Amino acid sequence: MRSGTAAEPAGRKELAFGRYLILAPSSVMLGVFFLIPFALILAVSVAHKTDGGDFIFGFTTAHYERFFSGLYIGRAVFSTVTALTVSVLTLLIAFPFTYMLTRFTRRSRTMWLIYILAQLSLSEVLIAFGWQVLFSSTAGLSNILVLLGIAEESFPMAPGLGAVITALVYLALPFAVLLLYPALSRIDKSYMEASQTMGASPVRTFFTVVVPIARPALISTGVTMFVLTLGAIITPQVLGRPAHWTLSVLIQDQAIFSANMPFAAALAVVLLILAGGVIALVSRLNKGNG
Amino acid sequence: MMRLIGQFYLLLFALFLVGPIVVIGGVSLNAKQKMSFPPDGVGIGWFVEIFANPDWSGALLNSLIIALCSAALAVLIALPIAYTVWKHGLRYAKALLALGIAPFILPPIILALAVLLFFTTIDFNGFMINVIIAHAIFLVALPLVTISLGLEGVDRSLTEAAQTMGADAGTVFRTVIFPIAAPYAMAGFAFCFVLSLNEYIIALMTVGFTVETLPIKIFNALRYGYTPIIAAIAVMFLIINIVIFSLIARFGNLPRILGAFDE
Repeated sequence: MRSGTAAEPAGRKELAFGRYLILAPSSVMLGVFFLIPFALILAVSVAHKTDGGDFIFGFTTAHYERFFSGLYIGRAVFSTVTALTVSVLTLLIAFPFTYMLTRFTRRSRTMWLIYILAQLSLSEVLIAFGWQVLFSSTAGLSNILVLLGIAEESFPMAPGLGAVITALVYLALPFAVLLLYPALSRIDKSYMEASQTMGASPVRTFFTVVVPIARPALISTGVTMFVLTLGAIITPQVLGRPAHWTLSVLIQDQAIFSANMPFAAALAVVLLILAGGVIALVSRLNKGNG
Repeated sequence: MMRLIGQFYLLLFALFLVGPIVVIGGVSLNAKQKMSFPPDGVGIGWFVEIFANPDWSGALLNSLIIALCSAALAVLIALPIAYTVWKHGLRYAKALLALGIAPFILPPIILALAVLLFFTTIDFNGFMINVIIAHAIFLVALPLVTISLGLEGVDRSLTEAAQTMGADAGTVFRTVIFPIAAPYAMAGFAFCFVLSLNEYIIALMTVGFTVETLPIKIFNALRYGYTPIIAAIAVMFLIINIVIFSLIARFGNLPRILGAFDE
């Protein structure tokens, strides 16, 4: 029972109205500044582009045709594959750590969580900058290789696809830990104990008990990593060549530098379908498997 | 043996996570206008420069104003929604809750473009209020989630007891619900503040050519060759983030806010 046993006061109708009334300001804010702008993207994606970098509302599928005919479909495939790779790598790196984290003492767990939150919040601009320094020839990782005698002289490691993927995994990692953390911390410790008293090694327990229980969390975290990576906008620009630009970067490029709002909007719709489609598909699969 | 591998993995993980930050920290202490690591002479000159150079301190001030206002706005939007969902379970309020969470899940470029189109269409472009609203919409998911969590922790028998003893709705809210939910609202505020402070693309698309926020300024500076001042800012931001999240951990229940069970 939501309202409990306490009797409702007399002016019931008035009260119910009041409930909606206190929602009015929030409704207006979300409606005007989220739903309307959102509808505007759909409308502009089929609007006519004028020569002056402006647009008139109307209906044309030209922008979508441009997407499907040109190099842009290739860019969408590249974005998808990159996001998939980053999601898988991030999960592989983050999952064992998060499992260990739930078994740390309360104090060190809190300290790790604070650090991970702090890093998660750090601007993508600063993360990309950090990796740019690390991959540079003057102050970068290659200097360590020289010190170790592995390389002859320092060399730049960016721009390149490896640099982009590394930095994207770095960006996604704290999110993955935080998303896996609740599910893993809720696993009943007695399962693990039971498995171990029956003679299973900790590693075996990890793969036969922890991983299956955490499967739904792993999948939903993977989806979030996928969408997060699709949204990365600075890393591909700073650490990659134009060939490594993802859909997000192209949308920004079209909107700001090419002043082609209709095409930017059409690309945004494609990105929306890609992100929303994966979220819907996987959450459905996850539900189906219980 | 397995223990050893576990320790080794943990070391590598920590190195990967913290390594870049350490390098940035080292670069920020460089005494000269040169990027090198280990630092070439040590000084805190670049940290002073953030505040002394009006270009950088101006951008910092813009970012702080935007973050404070948008975090406050986000909490104000979230409060009635989370409260109505919890109190009355209204279907409409639940729909608003889902709607409020959507902008944060989608790639931010979509909201950035949407808001840009909106403000261009109504011909109201380039004002600081634009990015404040855009950030509030983008981040409203965070106080929605934290406040909902906080309200779930309110024991309904307490509010019923208060009502039976004759307290009106306002009094119940003030004396029972507010003290329990307030730390969670504060946590939501803090999350919004920190993320707004660090946000780049929405700020760029809404006010990029008129109001320079710190992340925009940094990105522009990166294009013209980088200086250790950027590293100093990264270190400063990391410290701000750590302080804020430590405060949340100190005054709230961090594992619970992050979705783990109480212990």
